[in-house]
Amino acid sequence: MNENPGTAMETVIEPTRGGHLVPWRELYGHRDLLWLLVWRDIASRYKQTLLGPLWFVVQPVLMTVVFMVIFSRVARIPTNNVPSSLFYFCGLLPWNYFAQTFQSTSSTLVANAGLFGKVYFPRLIVPFSVVISNMATLAIQLGTFLVIYALEKAGPRSASFGMTGTAWMLPLVFIQVGLISLGVGLWIAALSAKFRDFGVLSGFLLQLWMFATPVVFPLTRVPARWYWGAAINPMTFPLETTRLMLLGAGTPTLSLFALSAGTTLAILVGGVLIFQRVEKNFVDVI
Amino acid sequence: MSRPVIEVTNLSKCYRLGAIGVTTLRESLHAWYARKRGNAEGDGQGFWALRDVSFEVQAGEVVGIIGSNGAGKSTLLKILSRITEPTSGRAVLRGRVASLLEVGTGFHPDLTGRENIFLNGAILGMTRAEIRRKFDEIVAFADVQKFIDTPVKRYSSGMYVRLAFAVAAHLEPEILIVDEVLAVGDTIFQEKCMGKMKEASMSQGRTVLFVSHNIGAVQTLCKSSVLLDGGRVVFSGDTQEAVSLYLKKTRPQAVVEDLSNSTRSGTGEARITRIRFENDAGVPQTHFRMGEPMNIVVGARFNSAVENPTLGINIVTDTGIRVADCRSSHYNVKIGRTEGLIEYRMRIDPVLLYPRTYTAEPWVADAGGLADFDWVRNAASFVVTSGPNFKSGANVNTHHGIAFIPTTWSASVPAEAGRR
Repeated sequence: MNENPGTAMETVIEPTRGGHLVPWRELYGHRDLLWLLVWRDIASRYKQTLLGPLWFVVQPVLMTVVFMVIFSRVARIPTNNVPSSLFYFCGLLPWNYFAQTFQSTSSTLVANAGLFGKVYFPRLIVPFSVVISNMATLAIQLGTFLVIYALEKAGPRSASFGMTGTAWMLPLVFIQVGLISLGVGLWIAALSAKFRDFGVLSGFLLQLWMFATPVVFPLTRVPARWYWGAAINPMTFPLETTRLMLLGAGTPTLSLFALSAGTTLAILVGGVLIFQRVEKNFVDVI
Repeated sequence: MSRPVIEVTNLSKCYRLGAIGVTTLRESLHAWYARKRGNAEGDGQGFWALRDVSFEVQAGEVVGIIGSNGAGKSTLLKILSRITEPTSGRAVLRGRVASLLEVGTGFHPDLTGRENIFLNGAILGMTRAEIRRKFDEIVAFADVQKFIDTPVKRYSSGMYVRLAFAVAAHLEPEILIVDEVLAVGDTIFQEKCMGKMKEASMSQGRTVLFVSHNIGAVQTLCKSSVLLDGGRVVFSGDTQEAVSLYLKKTRPQAVVEDLSNSTRSGTGEARITRIRFENDAGVPQTHFRMGEPMNIVVGARFNSAVENPTLGINIVTDTGIRVADCRSSHYNVKIGRTEGLIEYRMRIDPVLLYPRTYTAEPWVADAGGLADFDWVRNAASFVVTSGPNFKSGANVNTHHGIAFIPTTWSASVPAEAGRR
């Protein structure tokens, strides 16, 4: 208990006017809650399933097999001369992390309406925790990737690919992916709290987005007149960079990085602002 | 330094009618277009849930907030808990605040008791270090030592509520904001809640804001109260005065068609929609004579199919004492598979309540009667008047008790008296 009323904390409640600043200090004060939510996400995910973490291995492996059959064998889309299994799995690492985080963060408000209607804490804590907890899944999938990598290295095509010296910077790339999914997720979370249309739209958006990102095809195969489309997509750069770092088979450029960093920042700042705005009164409209 | 700990100044909250509830993009675009063309139709009417509410609470005071359904109690609670923002005005809270609108907020069924204590504690605003320090105390208070590493979904409902309350009870805020819906569970548990609240204010000097329908609880806990009506402060001061004003205002009503503004709790799988009191001829009435029959008819909507729900109505006095918890399961009445709109009827014959005003609290729950789907507090009031139910023609009145117990009387000379 605070013994000195003169320095006691003071909470002022009044309507917000103008900008909705990020309550950094409050977020820092709730850091324990952030870690507990991260831990809850991870713990509860494994407790309610029979196979537990194995699901996060099975899902990308199956997807890779499907991609190998459809895009490599049937459609004959080239894979930058690296084994197609590694090409697809490597692309799925950042993409799955993006898709999962986007799906959870975009339903933050609607899915937690019951909780948010009963107790106050900075709402941003919840999407932040999702960005962090999904990294556990990412780590498991990265481990699976390394197993496939080792298997292919023992095979006949071992000379066609190899990790590059920049691979240690991979966490930075994944942090960018986390920020993109957080930014887009906050946009959809805010909009779907008011209009359910956006909740429906988000699943559809995710499907389209995957085909607009070089997940199943290499960036080198994008025709020059459509290149700008791939370039303004903030996910293009992390995808290509992951492939360069892990397989030596990506083609990120400096201008691609600048564009991607710019769009990421714009989406994130806009997402946080609109989320903060909607969050204040959203229990009234749910 | 005698600045008030809670200072509320001209607090107002306006809900845009028509904007309550989720809209589709199409409706919104339409409204926006209508506004653009200067058409007032599209603008939606405002509804002021709170209007210029001002009051102050000094350090260590326990203040009750009372008022009927729709008076603005919940809105005030939500604003002071920072769940929603006011439209205008300002409130200043000086000190660490904890608000309890529900026990067990954020409990995760798959996590163990131990894990949920940490999670729930953090959600309510405790740091990990604080929770660790009080952990043993919380477990002992909840009396769940043996099950602390069992997922809470395997807990009995009693254990669950005890653990949830234990966490809340060990918060150490300077300002505590409590909702009456908190007082769930059995009578013993409710007494435990009340005891803990008294302790918080009396021995620990905390400032408490207690929002309630339960006049009895407010009278025992709070020295002063704020009476709200229609979103405005009608009276602020001595609790006894506030209560008598409030009782004058709660008019009995034979038919209540809209219960959407009521204080309620439950999972929401069903919603109670309306209630009415009527005599055997089906005529709605508010006054029933002691000893004569009475019918309470309740409408409810089940959002999903439920096998044999339990239907119930609690009868509560105007001072908040629960007289009876009447439920269909006491009579083994099987309702069968229920979905959509239903109406249920409870007949009391004869009414053996002493003359005074009573409140009916209709509820519906699962087959076991444990998980409430919906439970509406203070849904409607009726009055029992004295009637010619005694052969003697004797009259009983409010001060003589609450429930009339049918008895038979005799007197004789005991055997040992003859031996003397």
